[in-house]
Formats: sequence, structure tokens, C-alpha cells
Amino acid sequence: MAMDARHIQDLIQDALPDADVRIEDMRGDGDHYAAFVESAAFEGKSRVQQHQMVYAALQGRMGGQLHALAIKTAVKKQA
Amino acid sequence: MQNVTFQRIQKEIDNNDIVLFMKGEAAFPQCGFSSLVVQVLSQLGVPFKDINVLEDNELRQGIKDFTNWPTIPQLYVKGEFIGGCDIVREMYESGELQDLLKDKGLLAA
Repeated sequence: MAMDARHIQDLIQDALPDADVRIEDMRGDGDHYAAFVESAAFEGKSRVQQHQMVYAALQGRMGGQLHALAIKTAVKKQA
Repeated sequence: MQNVTFQRIQKEIDNNDIVLFMKGEAAFPQCGFSSLVVQVLSQLGVPFKDINVLEDNELRQGIKDFTNWPTIPQLYVKGEFIGGCDIVREMYESGELQDLLKDKGLLAA
């Protein structure tokens, strides 16, 4: 069971409405993605906390339905 | 009664400066992400305790609940959860991991 990039994008976007989200399919097998997420919600959070927020957005699919998701987060500066 | 598995995990990270919960062993990693963290630690030349979660399903699930972190590997330094493969690689590339290990007296300055 794999996931498609669009679904991952939507889940993260729903959880972090202000975020800029970019999903890359690393191997074209629907199982190995990279997610680049930039959000103001990460402000003041450690990397672990930022990544946990992204995992939470995926509502438990990480490690099960979604085998591998490399995550890169950044704090989005307020305009 | 606190989760027995949690107590086992706590004991490991209390009794070992650096602990890596991984798939496989340091000598034979069985997953690319675990292997990468092993290479980073070997590159830095710091001794660490490797714990193969593939041999123990309770531990494999327990460690994810322990840190609310859904994937393996998981790196601990002096009892603190540092992160998985992405974070360890990012910290290694930025030098943050080296600084952390030096601060904790685990890497020569």
C-alpha cells in the first residue's frame, strides 16, 4: 500500500494551513518521498518537535502506509 | 505500573552515553536509514550501543510510543532523544552534532 504525493501534500497543508509544502517522489515507487515544509508554526520549536508536527499531520500513516518520508523543515518568517 | 518496555528503554538510555535503536546491528545494518546513522557515528569515531529492534517486536513498537516518533532509527545522547536519520544527517552536515557531542564530553574538542 503506498500513498501518492498529492495526498501527503493535502494532509500536511490541512494541518499547517500557512505552510509552503513541496513533496518529492524519491524513487517513483510511491513509497519513498521527501517533504519540504516551511511554516511559521515551527517558530521556537526544536527540529524534533517540527518533524513531530509533520508526522502528526499524516495521522499515523508514517511507518505503516507510508514507508519512507525524508523531512526537511524550516521556519517561515512572517511577511 | 509504568510500561515494562518503557522501563527497559529508559535503562538503556540512562546506562549508555550514546544509544542507537536501529534495524539490524552496527556491523550489519538492515535498512538504509539505520546504516546512514551508523556511518555518521563511525565517521565521528564515537562508541555507541546499537540495539536491534528487529529482534524484539515489543521494543520496535515501544520505542515509537516512548518518543512519539514513528520511525526507526532513533538516536539518543545522554538520555536525550536527538532524532531520526534526517535530523542526525542535518546536524552532522551543519556541525551541530559534533558540537553537541563535544558539549557532552563524548567527542574530543
